[in-house]
Amino acid sequence: MKKYLYMTMAAIMMTGLLSAQSQYKAGDVASDFRLKNVKGEPVSLADNKDADGFIVAFWCNTCPVVKKYDQRLQALHAKYAPKGYPVVAINSNDPAVSPGDSFEKMKETAAKLNYKFEYLFDETQEVARKYGATNTPHIYILSWKDGKLVVDYVGAIDNNADDASVADKKYAEDALDSILEGQAVALTGTKAVGCGIKWKKS
Amino acid sequence: MRLLLAGLLISTISIVSLQAQEIEKIGIPGLEEILAANEDQLHVVNFWATWCPPCVTELPYFEKLSKEFSSKGVKFILISLDFPSQIDSKLIPFLKKNKVTADVRVMTNLDYNSWIDKVDGNWQGNIPVTLFFNNARSIKYFHPSELSEKELRDLIIKYKLQ
Repeated sequence: MKKYLYMTMAAIMMTGLLSAQSQYKAGDVASDFRLKNVKGEPVSLADNKDADGFIVAFWCNTCPVVKKYDQRLQALHAKYAPKGYPVVAINSNDPAVSPGDSFEKMKETAAKLNYKFEYLFDETQEVARKYGATNTPHIYILSWKDGKLVVDYVGAIDNNADDASVADKKYAEDALDSILEGQAVALTGTKAVGCGIKWKKS
Repeated sequence: MRLLLAGLLISTISIVSLQAQEIEKIGIPGLEEILAANEDQLHVVNFWATWCPPCVTELPYFEKLSKEFSSKGVKFILISLDFPSQIDSKLIPFLKKNKVTADVRVMTNLDYNSWIDKVDGNWQGNIPVTLFFNNARSIKYFHPSELSEKELRDLIIKYKLQ
């Protein structure tokens, strides 16, 4: 009997571990959060009353793939924020592992690149873990539905990191255009090569 | 003198062409061929890039252990995911500077979503990652993050033919 109890407990613990590592996918309800922006102000998604949803981008200052996508993320914000879907970028990298991703450096990056969107610091890495983000860049498109943030798309911005001009599958834009037209998103998840999020050394 | 110059020129050309040949560019068919290899031996395939600091940290372990285990029937392939626009400017100089002798190929298909799952369904696209396999014995282990030298050695010993 005791053995069964232990086994059940072990099974529950395992399930907990597995679910902690799993990634949001289309249809899941995403959690809101409260993280400080580069001005030091706390920001939650729910604070933005005008938004119908968000382009949440796991981001950083240092990753060469992120740098390749810098202009493209800014273009997404310029195009879709007026339509109700602003970009919210989040840096979850541990500055102890990646010094270039400190809060101070985030301020510098946002100022230098003239970010018009919120750039938030996920100091505890709790948001990245909850969302199941693994890389930078890693995009989550969310929509408000009945007071809940529902995931519409998870993955890459498009299919050519090196050269935007030859990307012929614009995953994020296609998903957003479908959402805005009230259509179902055809491709709800993609994978792309990126920098692994720099997790705290346990 | 003229002969000497001609000789110099020829050797320069051959060095340059040797460098150009140093790295094999692959696409999805080349990747599939690597993954489908059915020789009865352990294959260790590492995905990396010069722009990825943890990849660069572990690269010497692959270089060192490939020297040690290649003669013991273990095949190593290092697949670079450097951008095609940076093969000549970054990747080849990096390999030269670090005297990398291991088998390095560069994946030039950037439509990542079309091939990441061919490597492993659990791969989220982060690098470095390493695949250990011996198709002849249905052995497959996907390591989703960086490795220390000891971890790499232990995994090679665990999966290679005894």
